[in-house]
Amino acid sequence: MSEPAVELRDVTKVFASTRGDVTEEVYAVQDMNLEIAQGEFFTLLGPSGCGKTTTLRLIAGFERPTRGEIFIQGRPMSKVPPNLRPVNTVFQNYALFPHLNVARNVGFGLEVRRVSRSERERRVHEALEMVQLAEMSNRKPSQLSGGQQQRVALARALVNQPAVLLLDEPLGALDLKLRKAMQIELKQLQAQVGITFIYVTHDQEEALTMSDRIAVMNKGRVLQVGDPVTLYERPASHFVADFIGESNFFRGVVEAVSGQVVELRVGGARVQATASDSPPSPGQEALFAIRPEKMRLAVSEEDLGLHGTIQEVIYIGTDTRYIVSVEAQPPVAVRVQNGCGIAPQEYRRGEAVQLFWLPEDAHLLAD
Amino acid sequence: MEKSRFPSFGLLYYWLIVIILFLPIFLLILFSFNDSTRLVFPLRGFTLQWYRQLSENSELIRAVRTSILLALGSSFLATVLGTMGALVVVRYEFPGRNIFVAVAALPLVIPYIILGVSLLIMLHSLGVRLSAWTAGLAHVVISLPYAMLVVIARLVGFPQNLEEAAMDLGATYWGALRRVTIPIIFPALTAAFLICFTISFDEFAIASFLVGTQPTLPVYLYSQLRFPTRLPLVVSMAAILMTASMAIVLISEWLRRVGQTPQPKKK
Amino acid sequence: MEHPKRLLALIGPPGVYLTLFFLLPLGIMAVFSFRAGTIGEARNVFTLEHYRQFIANTAYHRLLWRSSLIAFGIASISTLLAYPLAYFLAFQAGERKLTLMTLIIIPTWTSYLLRVFAWKLILGTNGLLNTFLLSLGIIDRASPILLYSRNAVMVTLVYVWVPFVALPIFAALERIDRSLLEAAADLGCKPWQSFLRVTLPLSAPGIIAGFFFCLIPTLGEYVTPLLVGGGQGAMYGNLIQDQFVRALNWSMGSVMSLAMLLAVIVLLALFSRMGSFSKLLEL
Repeated sequence: MSEPAVELRDVTKVFASTRGDVTEEVYAVQDMNLEIAQGEFFTLLGPSGCGKTTTLRLIAGFERPTRGEIFIQGRPMSKVPPNLRPVNTVFQNYALFPHLNVARNVGFGLEVRRVSRSERERRVHEALEMVQLAEMSNRKPSQLSGGQQQRVALARALVNQPAVLLLDEPLGALDLKLRKAMQIELKQLQAQVGITFIYVTHDQEEALTMSDRIAVMNKGRVLQVGDPVTLYERPASHFVADFIGESNFFRGVVEAVSGQVVELRVGGARVQATASDSPPSPGQEALFAIRPEKMRLAVSEEDLGLHGTIQEVIYIGTDTRYIVSVEAQPPVAVRVQNGCGIAPQEYRRGEAVQLFWLPEDAHLLAD
Repeated sequence: MEKSRFPSFGLLYYWLIVIILFLPIFLLILFSFNDSTRLVFPLRGFTLQWYRQLSENSELIRAVRTSILLALGSSFLATVLGTMGALVVVRYEFPGRNIFVAVAALPLVIPYIILGVSLLIMLHSLGVRLSAWTAGLAHVVISLPYAMLVVIARLVGFPQNLEEAAMDLGATYWGALRRVTIPIIFPALTAAFLICFTISFDEFAIASFLVGTQPTLPVYLYSQLRFPTRLPLVVSMAAILMTASMAIVLISEWLRRVGQTPQPKKK
Repeated sequence: MEHPKRLLALIGPPGVYLTLFFLLPLGIMAVFSFRAGTIGEARNVFTLEHYRQFIANTAYHRLLWRSSLIAFGIASISTLLAYPLAYFLAFQAGERKLTLMTLIIIPTWTSYLLRVFAWKLILGTNGLLNTFLLSLGIIDRASPILLYSRNAVMVTLVYVWVPFVALPIFAALERIDRSLLEAAADLGCKPWQSFLRVTLPLSAPGIIAGFFFCLIPTLGEYVTPLLVGGGQGAMYGNLIQDQFVRALNWSMGSVMSLAMLLAVIVLLALFSRMGSFSKLLEL
């Protein structure tokens, strides 16, 4: 079994924040344990202030952990300064050196490490070819577009052949179209060079598009680690279900349990959901989540599930969104794709409908 | 709005002040071409003889050379120390930071006579012989806060992650300063140097206590003010100095503006 | 502290330099103020005699008091004259404001000594001012009283200080969010009302900084009185200078300097209560 590229063991980072005379401790990262495999595209995902950038800076060596240890390729890093770590960073605003041209920016790391001139030139050229900027090598960073600057930052990091590449919201400053294109390009580039990528973003769609695995973070803690499908299809907590994609949350009382399938009473209706870990016992209150696109609407004489009234019909081209009010619950969102044989606006506002779903699409949550 | 109400009054007042500010300088230049040993109106006639005499006055030339060397040395040291202080103030948070800032900034307001006499007492107690260099010691103290302020102003808008990027690419902290920070803020350093140079070159209040027998230019000029026949010489020297220092200020002002951070492109 | 070694390496040289050539001399001067004499055996005798003399001699107190009044007057007049200047530059000068500001600053970077000297050419008996007034017929005989007086010192020092005082006021005015003035107008303020209620209070830190920035060094002024003040315009700084240059009573001079340093510290304390040192540094 091969060694993890990066391992965080019980890492905690505390900042002292002084406001007036009061100094308080802020836990930026708390008791973090992570193993990132060689060659993996690993993403730290979370809202701003969740500690994802601090985690990246801890790995890069710009911050020292208050407790715990970071290993890169099995080596403990606590006494290794950033310049001696086998990692390179693509910074949020690229941090290109404004006084150096593109070629010297890319060659900076090699120059500092005293790589011979001829080898340096060869590798800089290769790196610039790789990001399709070979003809820009004499330009200053200020003469490049945002996308080009982003590529230079990438080339500047990759040319050093780091064991791990750290990317701090590298696409955040680009417009939507360019960002989408760069996502694919980055993913392909990573597969091509085979370097471990640790990628920080607050954009869940970006994380799902690119990552092998994602760690969802909130308030300094890792809430769930998994591949995109697991995270989306089986979120473990309210936060993950809410942060990645959209979810409807229901609170009910457990009535019966058979295997992983749990029967609950929500208001006056009996519904089913699936537990991922050990199911709760009857009589307990439980929370579960269902994605809007996993819910169905029907008008029927039979009792199918929850009863509600259409409150709002929102047509958005590819889909129609219905907001349904259900007794004693927050409004429920249902998404119906406009496809072959489905009327774009099947139901009208004020119409009485029933809501139902497959038990395996309703996930019981830990909190 | 207010803007349209009294523009003429504000502008008039501004130009009145400017005229008064430049009037003494203009007068000195005017009298430097006046063909009379007495600095009074009415003017007599045009002459270049004072300038000719300047170039023949070896004491004066020696004083000019002393002042230039002194200003070069003290402003170099003040710029180096001020830059270090600026990095400390902008980049570090530590107990005692405010004390450091206060001590470094204090020479901006403390009457120069106090600095002059206290240094005189210390040097005398230590048996150090007074010379232009002992005045230079004090010049570093008074120009350091100016250098620090100029560099701080530049560093405040300086993206810190450029230093981190350099370290990330393998440079040590000092390597990052040398390869990235210093080259980028170099125009500000030059401006700081020029400002310190001007301060030292013009400084009289402290130097008069500390130069010993090696007069700087202001000390020399002051000693000449007592002799009415030497006044035209002083005035023509003044005219040259004024013109030169105005040129230096314009250059340093230009450098300071050139050196402002180009904002990183967002889109 | 993330990097104590780096911090130490950076703060060390300026810290050591300032300690050796700024703080230490002040300390040695304090020791010197207790010495009985400047040279010979008397150097090793320590006494409070000079303090006693300083306290007993009312002539010193009068001069210190008068110098303080002069300095206060100069700082007040400079601030009054600088405010409209700064206001014009900040609010009315439009796009050229930085250029116009530079124009104000340029003369201040030329030789202080020589600019003060030049005022002799203006205020002298056959100077510019007398010539000008004569030609207008306002006076019929050149007046010798303009030069070598307390007024000459004040006029010259106000001339020196106005641009320096204008700087922090300008900076404070520049920081005022322009939409506040629009809000004031929107809420029914007449222009002079929004000036009194919004602009003036918000520019107070700049006024305070400029005022003290001028007041404190002026307190120790001795060059200008020497050049244009004559006997009547002498200030406390001249007294100190005399102790070191003519009387050669360095211990007495040290006592006088310490008294001034005390005054400076009191003023700085007052200043940091009213404004703050860090605001001064934002210039």
